[in-house]
Amino acid sequence: MLAFLVRRLGWMAVTLWAVSLATFFIISLPPGDYVSTLQANAEERGEIMGPAEVAALRDRYGLGQSFFAQYWKWITNIVFHGDFGQAFAWNMRPVSDLIWDRVGLSFFLSVATMLLIWAIAWPIGIYSAVRQYSPGDYAATFFGFIGMAVPEFMLALVLMWVGMRWFGQSPGGLFSPEYQDAAWNLGKVLDAASHLWLPILIIAVSGTAGAIRIIRANLLDELYKPYVVAARAKGLPEWKLLLKYPVRTSMSPFFSTVGWLLPGLISGETIISIVMNLPTTGPLMLGGVLNQDMYLVGSFILILSTLTVIGTLISDLALAWWDPRIRHSYEGG
Amino acid sequence: MVTTTVERTVDEADDAPVVGGQASPWRLVWRRFRKHRLALAGAVVVLFAYFVVAFAEILAPGSPSAVDEKHTYAPPQIVKVDLSWDDGLRLYANGYTTKRDPETFEQIHTVDPGKRIPVTFFAKGDAYKMWGVIPWDRHLFASADPDQKVYFLGTDRAGRDVFSRIIHGARVSLSIGLVGVAVSFVLGLLFGGISGYFGGTPDLAIQRVIEFLMSIPTLPLWLSLSAAVPDQWGPLARYFAITTILSVIGWTGLARVVRGRFFSLREEDFVTAARLDGCGRGRIIFRHMVPSMSSHVIASLTMAVPGMILGETAMSFLGLGLQSPAVSWGVLLQEAQNIRTVETAPWLLIPGVAVFVTVLAMNFVGDGLRDSADPYK
Repeated sequence: MLAFLVRRLGWMAVTLWAVSLATFFIISLPPGDYVSTLQANAEERGEIMGPAEVAALRDRYGLGQSFFAQYWKWITNIVFHGDFGQAFAWNMRPVSDLIWDRVGLSFFLSVATMLLIWAIAWPIGIYSAVRQYSPGDYAATFFGFIGMAVPEFMLALVLMWVGMRWFGQSPGGLFSPEYQDAAWNLGKVLDAASHLWLPILIIAVSGTAGAIRIIRANLLDELYKPYVVAARAKGLPEWKLLLKYPVRTSMSPFFSTVGWLLPGLISGETIISIVMNLPTTGPLMLGGVLNQDMYLVGSFILILSTLTVIGTLISDLALAWWDPRIRHSYEGG
Repeated sequence: MVTTTVERTVDEADDAPVVGGQASPWRLVWRRFRKHRLALAGAVVVLFAYFVVAFAEILAPGSPSAVDEKHTYAPPQIVKVDLSWDDGLRLYANGYTTKRDPETFEQIHTVDPGKRIPVTFFAKGDAYKMWGVIPWDRHLFASADPDQKVYFLGTDRAGRDVFSRIIHGARVSLSIGLVGVAVSFVLGLLFGGISGYFGGTPDLAIQRVIEFLMSIPTLPLWLSLSAAVPDQWGPLARYFAITTILSVIGWTGLARVVRGRFFSLREEDFVTAARLDGCGRGRIIFRHMVPSMSSHVIASLTMAVPGMILGETAMSFLGLGLQSPAVSWGVLLQEAQNIRTVETAPWLLIPGVAVFVTVLAMNFVGDGLRDSADPYK
């Protein structure tokens, strides 16, 4: 197990290095360098940047030097000083501050949707596998396909429209106008909750659909194996047999996706947040892309990929803890 | 997100043994596919959609870019049948009356039951060139009066016909999936094949590359790559750029499927037999292994197309994919980006229904193919 862990960590380091290089390549893709874009923007606003300021910035980002020198400057600033650069569309605020401001809500959304997805998907998935080709199974399958086919943003728009038209709900945003600037109190919390259940539900729909399909398929693979027959022959009650053996195996996909929560902190369900006007990290990233604020975008890619890589490792470890077969295969090879 | 598990349904026991083994594998696949009702229905819908793509110019009642300033945000006009039988069966639609909002001075169009515009088949309308070559001006079903247009699904901000735009948008939206999948197919088959057949060091290297590509989250990668596409690129160049972006991300899944199949086939008795018979490597791969996994590959390809269509829709919706004057379903949905617009003109969401129906149908077809991919199971 230890050898496996060491090997995995080694690969992780290599992957992260490759990711950071690719990220920096993407940062440097758009034509023109960062500081000249900055200057152009300042001129548009009718301001002029002093030559000293320009020189300082050029030096700060290592512009004019070779690709690898610039990369080195960028990555060492991040690794040793936690300095991801500045976002010019947000008054030159440090990128890390901007992201931190929004992590809380993004995290809440990810965790809430993940819990909702598995809470719905498990019972339905188990039911539709055990009662394969029953009306209930067909209904679940049909719902599953619909959930996978609707574009999320479309569902959000339709539901917001319905809510506005027939239930008089103020659409989108995290707070109603009257609570926008209020201090935190019970009313404000309830107000936020009344705005959040809809996005959670919408994000959960497509995830639930996929999860049901996976649980059903995994369970169907297990249900007819000899060990199930053996357990049944020994006289184990059906529900106990089901929960103890096949369902346990079918839980693996949960553990193999639990690590994805980590990147979810930062990705913040981008499209839904944009449509529903939620202050998560997603709209920040889109804003960065649209303004070609490449240090902001690059930081996002770098942080997200790092979290994905770490998340995958966590998933693998969780899976090894849960499933002895996988644990043994790690130990063997 | 990437699903990591293999979906496989347990075989139904309805597979009658084939007498004498006469039927070809493809025939067996078709036999099982036919039993999957939803998949069959989905196949019909998909074929119809591609028929629309082929004959978009005739099928659309008008030009997708014709602007009508007098009728912006006009609601849909429904085709009605004249039951008076004065001179045979006649179809018509009601015209609009236009008022100004006393506060905002915006024009508000309402369908007026008092006005009638006759509608006919093969009506004369906007001139076009069929497939860019044959000039013609007939449209399958449109207003009989060239001066008074009928908008079956309403109009958008600039008074363009939503229905015609959906039909023309199908061209881009449905072909981007195919082109994207074709590119991922080549990449996936090549790298998956090398990885699976040779194993060892090439396999290790390719697996690392795949893991690397998979570790970069999809949406930010799309966003940042499409931000790098220069604004001044024409619609065609942009189209290919977007397709390339989609397939660079999409090929990894297919490569994994191919690799897995190669791994399991390598151990099969018939491959060993072929090797012992002295078959060359190329012959073993292309004559023995590829045919027995082609049905699986086709199934995973079919499953990949809807993902690409949804990808294009999402990117264009965010304003990072295709842009006007190009017409695709994502570009059309961009019109409905905020809730205020949806409130005034809910019909702008109809392109989303087109996306939904097509993607649903393709998923059904893919599901049916996957279930019938291995007829000997």
